[in-house]
Amino acid sequence: MQTHSFKPDLPPPVLSVGVLGWLRANLFSNWFNTLLTFFAIYLIWLIVPPIIQWAFINADWTGTTRADCTSGGACWVFVQQRLGQFMYGFYPTELRWRVDATLWLAIIGAAPLFVPQMPRKALYGLGFLLVYPVLAYWLLHGGLFGLSVVSTSQWGGLLLTLVIAAVGISGALPLGILLALGRRSNMPAIRVICVTFIEFWRGVPLITVLFMSSVMLPLFLPEGMHFDKLMRALLGVILFQSAYIAEVVRGGLQAIPKGQYEAAAAMGLGYWRMMGLVILPQALKLVIPGIVNTFIALFKDTSLVIIIGLFDLLNSIKQATTDPAWLGMATEGYVFAALVFWIFCFGMSRYSMHLERKLDTGHKR
Amino acid sequence: MSEANKQPSAEPMILMQGVHKWYGQFHVLKDINLSVQAGERIVLCGPSGSGKSTAIRCLNRLEEHQQGRIVVDGTELTQDLKHIEAVRREVGMVFQHFNLFPHLTVLQNCTLAPMWVRKMPKRQAEEIAMHFLERVRIPEQAGKYPGQLSGGQQQRVAIARALCMKPKIMLFDEPTSALDPEMVKEVLDTMVSLAEDGMTMLCVTHEMGFARTVANRVIFLDKGEIVEQADPDTFFTNPQNERTQLFLSQILH
Amino acid sequence: MQTSANVPRPRGSVWTDPQVRAWVFQIIAVIAVVALGWYLFDNTQTNLEKRGIVSGFGFLGNSAGFGIAQHLIEYTESDTYGRVFLVGLLNTLLVSFIGIVLASILGFILGVARLSPNWLISKMATVYIETFRNIPPLLQILFWYFAVFLTLPGPRDSLGINDTFFLNSRGLYMPSPGPSENFWPFALVLLATIAAIVVMGRWAKARREATGQVFHAFWASLAMIILIPGLAVLIGGNPLVWSVPELSGFNFRGGWVLIPELMALTLALTIYTAAFIAENVRSGIMAVSHGQTEAARSLGLRPGNTLRLVIIPQALRVIIPPLTSQYLNLAKNSSLAAGIGYPDMVSLFAGTVLNQTGQAIEVIAITMSVYLAISISISLLMNWYNKRIALIER
Repeated sequence: MQTHSFKPDLPPPVLSVGVLGWLRANLFSNWFNTLLTFFAIYLIWLIVPPIIQWAFINADWTGTTRADCTSGGACWVFVQQRLGQFMYGFYPTELRWRVDATLWLAIIGAAPLFVPQMPRKALYGLGFLLVYPVLAYWLLHGGLFGLSVVSTSQWGGLLLTLVIAAVGISGALPLGILLALGRRSNMPAIRVICVTFIEFWRGVPLITVLFMSSVMLPLFLPEGMHFDKLMRALLGVILFQSAYIAEVVRGGLQAIPKGQYEAAAAMGLGYWRMMGLVILPQALKLVIPGIVNTFIALFKDTSLVIIIGLFDLLNSIKQATTDPAWLGMATEGYVFAALVFWIFCFGMSRYSMHLERKLDTGHKR
Repeated sequence: MSEANKQPSAEPMILMQGVHKWYGQFHVLKDINLSVQAGERIVLCGPSGSGKSTAIRCLNRLEEHQQGRIVVDGTELTQDLKHIEAVRREVGMVFQHFNLFPHLTVLQNCTLAPMWVRKMPKRQAEEIAMHFLERVRIPEQAGKYPGQLSGGQQQRVAIARALCMKPKIMLFDEPTSALDPEMVKEVLDTMVSLAEDGMTMLCVTHEMGFARTVANRVIFLDKGEIVEQADPDTFFTNPQNERTQLFLSQILH
Repeated sequence: MQTSANVPRPRGSVWTDPQVRAWVFQIIAVIAVVALGWYLFDNTQTNLEKRGIVSGFGFLGNSAGFGIAQHLIEYTESDTYGRVFLVGLLNTLLVSFIGIVLASILGFILGVARLSPNWLISKMATVYIETFRNIPPLLQILFWYFAVFLTLPGPRDSLGINDTFFLNSRGLYMPSPGPSENFWPFALVLLATIAAIVVMGRWAKARREATGQVFHAFWASLAMIILIPGLAVLIGGNPLVWSVPELSGFNFRGGWVLIPELMALTLALTIYTAAFIAENVRSGIMAVSHGQTEAARSLGLRPGNTLRLVIIPQALRVIIPPLTSQYLNLAKNSSLAAGIGYPDMVSLFAGTVLNQTGQAIEVIAITMSVYLAISISISLLMNWYNKRIALIER
């Protein structure tokens, strides 16, 4: 009997590993690839240095008025001076702590939900979702326990953007789940109603919905009933968004294997118990990334309230750029707005991808 | 290389000399030397991760080797696309997961390469395709799509598809591993009949029955090296190496 | 199910019979929906009466009395609201069409670039996609309009290219073609060339199938479409007379002008939508398994043919459904024109006309129906397409 003596592992040829190997494989593997590399370098050289020049090297960071911007680059003084307005809108300056408190409350309250080992997470989450809106409304709007009233017409800036997005998604979620269940129902009348509702809102642009809720809603309501501008916008956003949520949730419901329905039915669970205890917990977990993506879309769409004259982040900035004292600051203003929106949206999309990966591995054996 | 200086009898169909390959830092093939004559039927076996699939995938350059020489039918495999395509025209390959084109019918799967690579007229390509579909005994499925066939039928179509190019060499990369047990036989039968016709074949397979009856030579690979090669009788009854013995005891129960 | 005669049917309460329950539930739901509808209708009726608004579509025949910056059909201030609607609809379709064409081209390039083996190219495509799809489209529109196009120099200091194209704060001025006396003979030559190319394409396919010989019809067509009309121009003279824009006083005369609103809107929508299309293209190509490429290559197919005959036909099936929904999104996003006053359907009709006439319900209903009609016809088309191309499986 022979024993095979294995040869030792040799290091790979120098040209195929390390920096050289990487360069060869990724940038210069053939003449076409090399050409592309040079083209890309040329493009980067064309785009990046001027931007850095404008935004950083030649930019002015300190000062109080437009006259302080002398370097010819970006005038960040403008953003700095108007930051309060961009963040809070016309919220009275001395009461802005209430907005900050609301935000901190949200961060502190929601933090435990992101701790993986947290016990009774679902219960805590539900409690948070029920209690927080009441607290937030009281803090922002006031009117009880000695807090003075700040009417919604004074809300603005990033605050308003966040309020619309948050209220929009929390209102749309339950409605969307119901609609999704209705669309999957085996009762034809329910199905028709839900499908019509969903397809109607999905077929029209949000702008027309906002127009509708701002000009038609007052006509729909009986005498004496009055919604302020923000409420009307919120109603439109919720209805519109619920249709999209419904489609996302429907995808999750369809992904649950038939065996789960059969097993639940075999245990003698009725429709609502089956859905609430077996199907929805699984389906909703599956569609969390989808819901986050819907939320990103909603967050971007909040900027549309500009059309009906609400002063969200974008509109606050747009208004500020028309201020005679700061004429010609449109680029700085919009770049700042883009940066804020981008940070939120990119962050959320990364989070959703992270969740997708996490949930994905959970399903593989 | 021109036709003139080819010497079909003396020169081996496949020649691997000191072939090395790395995946990143991982040394998958270590100094592989192999020479296959026309009409030989080789079975490669070995534990998973031993490099047997990688070895035959180097033969039509689905994988690139980094050191050593590979000469197939007188053409050396290098970076040159012309050489690679010349080799691929003469070498048929059958995959573990069939890799039939799902958007084409069975017949179109078989005529695609003859028409576009061999520049064959459509009628002729279809005649050849039908000939080989009869050969694998499924001419009646010619108009169907791959998705409508069973696994065994799909693999037989894949064999027919490769044969339509009239290859000199056939490579089989675990052709029965993805099949349900009852379908393994129909595919093996097709391969046996191919062997009887004198096709040069290299098979990566765990079907030891097939190896025993069909192969002229069985090669055992482990950790990227050829550990043992012998004719099937010697290999199965009197393996020389303890790694081989261990492997055989695990696979033959 | 048939109940046999000697086994008595178990008697349960009517309420536990699922069928009865389903009926009752559905009837209640329908009644609730109808009641809500009636309630809203009734309120509206009362409110309208109180405000003295006469409902109906009669206002569409009234004269509008305002000008529109861009109209593809004849339009004057004395034209009706109905015509305003038509002008707006055409402007919406124009933006959507240009946007869809440009976004598709850019999106496909970016999607392929993202899959490029070249690390720099793929990273650059990633940076583009991640940047632009995370910035609201309205913000991008406002940026291009207020921060770029409106800050361009005035007509007198236009940025000129070759003295034929002029870019200034009022838009992009370019020469417009008109027919010369050679136009019709030239058109005839062009038509004949196209016919010849079609015939040649068929012949090339027939020949390939008959003899296996590949005739490079694409390159031949390209040569024909350039050379033959080119020759015709050399012999017969230019078939088109170009009207070049010229500065007269404070503005340009002659030629065509792309107003800055149109440019900002198309540019922003193209850039935004291309990022999404790129992702669709990328995932469509990635959905075709690597085994398909390997199989095609091991059969000896060249990379170009592998792409054309094996990868693209399969990838398209995956790409086209989400691609249409991106097209639909672009069409819907064109309504963001309202943010910069481009005269599209929403800003003209649901904006100006609604303000002037106060016919909120009619105006909004018409606007929404147009979008609904577009959405529904596209999704019907999509369902039909999906059924047709679905890979046939057991």
